[in-house]
Amino acid sequence: MTITEQRTQTYGYADLPRLMGLMTGDEKHGPAATSTLDVLWVLYDRVLRVGPESADAPGRDRFLLSKGHGPMAYYAVLAAKGFLPAAWLPGFGSYDSPLGHHPDRTLIPGVEIGSGSLGHGLPIAVGTALGLRAQELHDPAVWTLVGDAELDEGSNHEAIAFAGPAGLDRLHTVVVDNSSASYARPGGIAARFEAAGWSARTVDGRDHEALHAAFTAPHPGRPLVVVAQVEPKNA
Amino acid sequence: MDTMRDRFASVVTRLLDEDPRVAVVLAEVTADRFTEAFRRHPDRAVNVGIREQLLVGAASGMALAGLRPVVHTFASFLVERPFEQVKLDLGHQDAGAVLVSAGASFDWPTGGHTHMAPGDVALLDTLDGWTVHVPGHPDEAETLLRHAVAAGDDKVYVRLSLQSSAEGRPVDGQRFLTVREGRSGVVVAVGPMLDAVLAATEGLDVTVLYATTVRPFDADALRRATATAGTDVVLVEPYLAGTSTAAANDALADVPHRVLGLGVGRAELRRYGQFEEHLAAHGLDARSLRERITLFTAGAVPAGV
Repeated sequence: MTITEQRTQTYGYADLPRLMGLMTGDEKHGPAATSTLDVLWVLYDRVLRVGPESADAPGRDRFLLSKGHGPMAYYAVLAAKGFLPAAWLPGFGSYDSPLGHHPDRTLIPGVEIGSGSLGHGLPIAVGTALGLRAQELHDPAVWTLVGDAELDEGSNHEAIAFAGPAGLDRLHTVVVDNSSASYARPGGIAARFEAAGWSARTVDGRDHEALHAAFTAPHPGRPLVVVAQVEPKNA
Repeated sequence: MDTMRDRFASVVTRLLDEDPRVAVVLAEVTADRFTEAFRRHPDRAVNVGIREQLLVGAASGMALAGLRPVVHTFASFLVERPFEQVKLDLGHQDAGAVLVSAGASFDWPTGGHTHMAPGDVALLDTLDGWTVHVPGHPDEAETLLRHAVAAGDDKVYVRLSLQSSAEGRPVDGQRFLTVREGRSGVVVAVGPMLDAVLAATEGLDVTVLYATTVRPFDADALRRATATAGTDVVLVEPYLAGTSTAAANDALADVPHRVLGLGVGRAELRRYGQFEEHLAAHGLDARSLRERITLFTAGAVPAGV
């Protein structure tokens, strides 16, 4: 089945559980996969200005999934939006499938970065924002999604501390917070971004309206972080 | 004479003027030589601070956005410290960049082991698709930097050093040059090792090849040289001894041959002083090289190898 044929079918939010159900074999990362589901859906359905036809356009919005663990929700959303055929999903993780347990940008249409090793997406997103600005592409937004425990990695803090003072206002980070970090303090995530000069919002990561409002809140001169709180991983 | 690092700053500043795809990313090191570039191209000349993971990660993002990033700091903090970023953010993301290092193996001996990177080229050898240039003179550095930036979206490493030959040679960014021809062995001198090798082999009946682009390794040039000079091969490299031994063996896989890999030793010296003293300690001064080359081409294997 070609991508073009598959695109004639449209999917909605209600179809995502069924699409995710087509993928098996990564139960270890199951909770990580569903924690991102609503954030991904609201971004791809209502915020990101990118689709299958514009997946390589210089002026597209970029979404960089940094937290590459448990990409089933990501693949399901990409399939629902026509970037890849739903027929690819059952092959998830198999030798001949482009869909690994961590995504590879060279194998999957619409995937901006390969991820899996934590702490790489935010620094690459900083560079993408710098690169777009240097080419006078001031319109495209750059988004990256990280997990709360992923912020343990020091590379993120190099990027956070640089992006605020550099005024990268086309840069956006979503932290999906499922309380999976072993060492954390309440409110610590937003505080660290704010201390570096970011605009920060903390919302219910399952509330689509609240997510949309936070994602589209103005943040002139500053990068934006949205902390999307979901049910704790180990509750 | 300016240093290779001075030349790097002036050449890249000119390339920023000439080519709108070119960007330079720094992590404080050498930033004082880019003030003009920061002023003229504030969006394409970026100093990310003392943040080497971000240095390489941001270069990846710039490349993915369509630019040709030139990335620079000391070799120990460009290749070793953010090695996973080099492996993943460039290699795995299929993104190109030009990494330009300073400091080399022991350019700053009083700085000690933290600022010595004899293993940089060997580390890059674990990855696929890297071109590695090792200029031996500031003029060669300029030529090779221009080749590197013009090499599409290739991944290129340019290893600059304070050690420098008296004169530059017409390097082309690909091939070894034949500097001297003999019949009893081939000595391959890499970058800044050339003058010491020429002094060491004065009067010896050996061919001297000069290598400034070591990856890909010019197997054809080595094979051609062995046709008249025989298949005793000595590699003299300014970084970890033996780094190119496998490449030389592969080049000569179908003929009986011997390879001696000379370079910087693995053991940490824990010494400061001058770089000439470090060259001597690693047996890379002309006198030690001559002894070892003479022994090897006579059929023996020098001690300590």
